[in-house]
Formats: sequence, structure tokens, C-alpha cells
Amino acid sequence: MSTNTVAGRDAGLSLQQQRQRAAFWFLAPMLLALFCVAAWPLLRTIWFSFTDTSLNNLYGGKWIGFDNYLRIRTLESGRVIYKGTLVDPAWWNAVWNTVRFSVISVLCETVIGLVIALVLNAEFKGRGLVRAAILIPWAIPTIVSAKMWAWMLNDQFGIINDIFLRLGLISQKIAWTASTDTAMYAVLMVDIWKTAPFMALLCLAGLQMVPRDIYEAAKIDGIHPVKVFFKITLPLIRPALMVAVIFRMLDALRVFDLIYVLTPNSSATKTMSVISRENLIDFDNFAYGSAQSTLLFAILAIFVSLYIWIGKVDLSGESSK
Amino acid sequence: MSDNKLLKSIGFYALVVAIVVFSVFPFYYAIVTSFATGTALFEINYFPKHFDLANYQNVLGGRTFPRNILNSVFIASVTVALALFLAVTASYALARVRFRGRGLLLMTILAVSMFPQIAVLAGLFELIKFLNLFNTPWALILSYTIFTLPFTVWVLTTFMRDLPVEIEEAAIVDGATPWVIITKVFLPLLWPALVTTGLLAFIGAWNEFLFALTFTSQEITRTTPVAIAMLSGASVQEIPWGPIMAASVIVTVPLIVLVLIFQRKIVAGLTAGGVKG
Repeated sequence: MSTNTVAGRDAGLSLQQQRQRAAFWFLAPMLLALFCVAAWPLLRTIWFSFTDTSLNNLYGGKWIGFDNYLRIRTLESGRVIYKGTLVDPAWWNAVWNTVRFSVISVLCETVIGLVIALVLNAEFKGRGLVRAAILIPWAIPTIVSAKMWAWMLNDQFGIINDIFLRLGLISQKIAWTASTDTAMYAVLMVDIWKTAPFMALLCLAGLQMVPRDIYEAAKIDGIHPVKVFFKITLPLIRPALMVAVIFRMLDALRVFDLIYVLTPNSSATKTMSVISRENLIDFDNFAYGSAQSTLLFAILAIFVSLYIWIGKVDLSGESSK
Repeated sequence: MSDNKLLKSIGFYALVVAIVVFSVFPFYYAIVTSFATGTALFEINYFPKHFDLANYQNVLGGRTFPRNILNSVFIASVTVALALFLAVTASYALARVRFRGRGLLLMTILAVSMFPQIAVLAGLFELIKFLNLFNTPWALILSYTIFTLPFTVWVLTTFMRDLPVEIEEAAIVDGATPWVIITKVFLPLLWPALVTTGLLAFIGAWNEFLFALTFTSQEITRTTPVAIAMLSGASVQEIPWGPIMAASVIVTVPLIVLVLIFQRKIVAGLTAGGVKG
């Protein structure tokens, strides 16, 4: 055997072993970095959520168990008092806001994104120009888009009110971001504007992998384009669409910056991320905020697992190889 | 029949125009506003009417905004350099070497890129205080690694997986070590991918808000998104829309130019992560 191996290869290690050893050293720095910025802070956040740590005294917290989540106390009079995040109406309001925001925005973005992608998949003059144009909302920083739209949605001088008044869609000027009835619409409008193009690009990538001859065959058979879309195109791009939707959904569920800047302190739009940060930093309820961010993490983790399991989504792209 | 066709093509182009207007108008309107000052700001103009650079002078001549831009450039550049350096070797190992647990490792990296940032905020806050980095650029460079690194590793891995195996085999036959293969054989082929992922990571770091807001405490250590969010007038009621729009245009135009130059590569990079199925 030993006469067959190439002489002098690192003291008898096979090529494969040698490569695996190198791979370990190549991966180690990256894994160490990820451990420091992701795993460790996450574990610390979870730990903090079981203590009464405060912002100014990070090391002075005592273990208090699940009290930040739910604390049941029976008073001497026999009355039972529930405290903690799980019975905090502000928290459940934030959960509801987040879910509503995520579902509506991702749904609208997927539909609009698909429409844009179908348009871009057709051949016409100036297609390159349109594709360049839809990249612009994606390239604009979220804070900048929030400010731009805050100005356009301004109640007195905003152009949106002007356009809607001229078109007769509204009868008087609306304070989009300030009024609790419309704040969520304002946030949704901006989010859809900003991310629908991104969805369109992902959908387009899926569409371009559908072989053209399928469409030609359908055309020869005289099948209606709408039927072609639902029976052929949609099933074929479903895997790409499922992946795009989960990525967008995760982004939407953790939304912070847009809402923080566009509708500050509005209880109609406050999401889980916003309320967690508020407690962590602004209100000096460090441990309480940690409990809320831990809950957010748990909700996201459960959601992703269910989605991948039920939708049989292949995220790694390994099995298709 | 031909009437029907004409109608269809009119409808199609109307849709195209609607898409373009929908995408471009808000930024166009921000530019129009940024050139208006005083009472001109409060007229609603659909077309550019004023050309006044006062807002730009106001923002760029200010004490802190130029510094904020420098902060952003420095932080985003160092973050990208660090992420690419760590990611190139790691993605070689993930793409080209077979070892047990590779699939699991890839999924873990993907999972980290989906982390809600708020979930690590408390822990990172403690870490940054412990390392004495609070209110320095290094706090942000450290924390931005959480989203730039998994992303660059993931995209570079997909790129590297597609490189022909023959090149590597030839190098191995010639006795090249893995390190030589990466630096001498793969790196020259990877340049386009590095530019794309680097640019995307740069945009991510340039736009980040939550960490920048939490880990800086002074005007001069802020990055541009935080500075723009915090721009305020003499009173709460008086929001300085002109300077805000000018600042917005300043930080956005370079990004848009870069994105338009590299648009094909960016689309390829964005879709490389997972949508290959």
C-alpha cells in the first residue's frame, strides 16, 4: 500500500485528509468571528432575559427565572396578579402589528414583484432601462426612503395628498403618518415600494429558467395566457418563489428602521423589534427588553422551521446538484 | 385583430411606464425638494422650478455631517475588507472540500444571516461595553460582521462551487497546497464575485441603522443614516425638510451610481443565494 502513495506527502496523510485539515483551518477564523458576534450575544440575551439586569449595571443582575415572561403573584386578599411580557397588552399589540405588517407587505410585494417580473421577462425596447429603474428603490437606504416618504406623506405640503386630492380619491388632506388609522398604510406603502423591486428580481431569475419552448408549445396549442401562467409558469417558479418569500418574510418580521423613523412612537405601527429596543435602551428595562427579543427570536425560529418543513423548501441548493 | 394587438401593446407600455414612475418618482421628488429653500419648499412642484444649492451648503458646511460621511465610509470599507478576507478561505473549504457536517454548517451560516438583529442587541451591547468599544467605529465594524460575513460566505460558496474542477485538479497534480490554490488559482477567477459581494456588503453596512443608533452616543461618531434620522430644526415642529433631502441625496447618489454600473453583477449576486433551485 505505502509504495502506492505519493512519496513525501506530509508524513503519510492522504490528499483527502490533508485537504480536510486545511479546510478546518480555513473555516476556523470565520466560525470564531460568527461565534463572537452571533452565538455568544444571543446566549447572553437569553441569559439576561432570566435576570433583573439593568442597563447601567450589566453585571449586577440576579437570576429571577421566568418573571420577565410571566409572574403570578397571589395577594393576601386572594387576588391573583399576572405580570410580565406574556400578559403585557403593549407586547401583544406589537406582535399583532408585526404579523399584520409582514403578511400584508409580503403578499403585496410578491404579487407586484411577479407582475414586474413578468413584464421584464417579455422582450421589448428599453427593457434594460426599466430593470435599472427598479433597482433604484432597492439601492436607497431605508432611512432615506423613510424620510423621503415622510415628506411626500406630509399632511400640509405632501405631494401624495395633492395627487390624491386631484384624482378625487380623498376629499381632505390626511395626516398619513401621524393618524393612528393611516399610520400602518403609510408604513406598508413605503415598504412595498422599497422591496417589491427586489422581489421582482428574484422572481425574474426564476422566470428566466423556464424554457421558452414550453410557452411556444402552449401558444401553438392555443392555451389562454392566464391559464399558461397558473398551470405552467407558477408551478415551475414555485421553488424560487418560496425561497424569496421566506427571505422577505424574515426581513419583515424583524422590521425596525422604517417604522422607527417614519412613525415614531405610534402604537398603531410599533413592532416587536421597536418595542424590544425601547425597553432595552430607552426605558431602562434591559432584562424585560431581553425577554421580548428572546421571544421574537423564538417566534422567528419556529416560523422558519414550520415553513421549511411544511413547504419542503430547499434553501441550501445542495440536493439539486 | 390588429386593433386588439395595438390595444394590447398600449396597455403593456402603460404598465411599463407605471412601473418606472412608481420606482423613480420618490427619489426624483427628493432631488427636486433638495433644491428648494424657504417658502419655495412648501409649494408643490411636480417639475424642477428652483435651483438653490443652499441646502447642500447647509449640510456639507455643517460641523458634523462631513464627519458622519467619513465615519460611514470608514466603517463600511473596513467591514467589507474583513468579511471578504474571512469569507474567501472559508468558502473555499465549504465549496471544494468534502467533509462531514458541511451541509449542517452551511445551514447554520444561512440561519445566522436570518438572525433578527434585535435578538443579539443586548448581548452585543454587553460585549462592546466589555471591550471598551462603545461609541467607536470598531463597535459597528464588529457588529456588522453578523450580517456581512454569513452573506459573503454564502454567495462566494455558490460562486466557487461552479468553478470547473479541472483547474483545481491540475493544480493539485502540480503539488499546490490548498492555500496556493486559493491565492494563485481561484482568487484571479473570483474577482467578479468579490466585487459583487463586496459591493452588496458595503451597501448593507452603509445603510444599517439599529446598531448604529444603539452603539453611538455623540453626533460626531454617528453614521449617515443615524445623522439623517436625527436631523432636526430649532423646534420639534420645525422639521428641516430641505437639508434632510439634500443629505439624503448626497448619501444615495453614490450608491445608485454604483448599483447602475454593476447592475448585472448585482442581480446575479442577489439571486445566487438560494434561488438556484
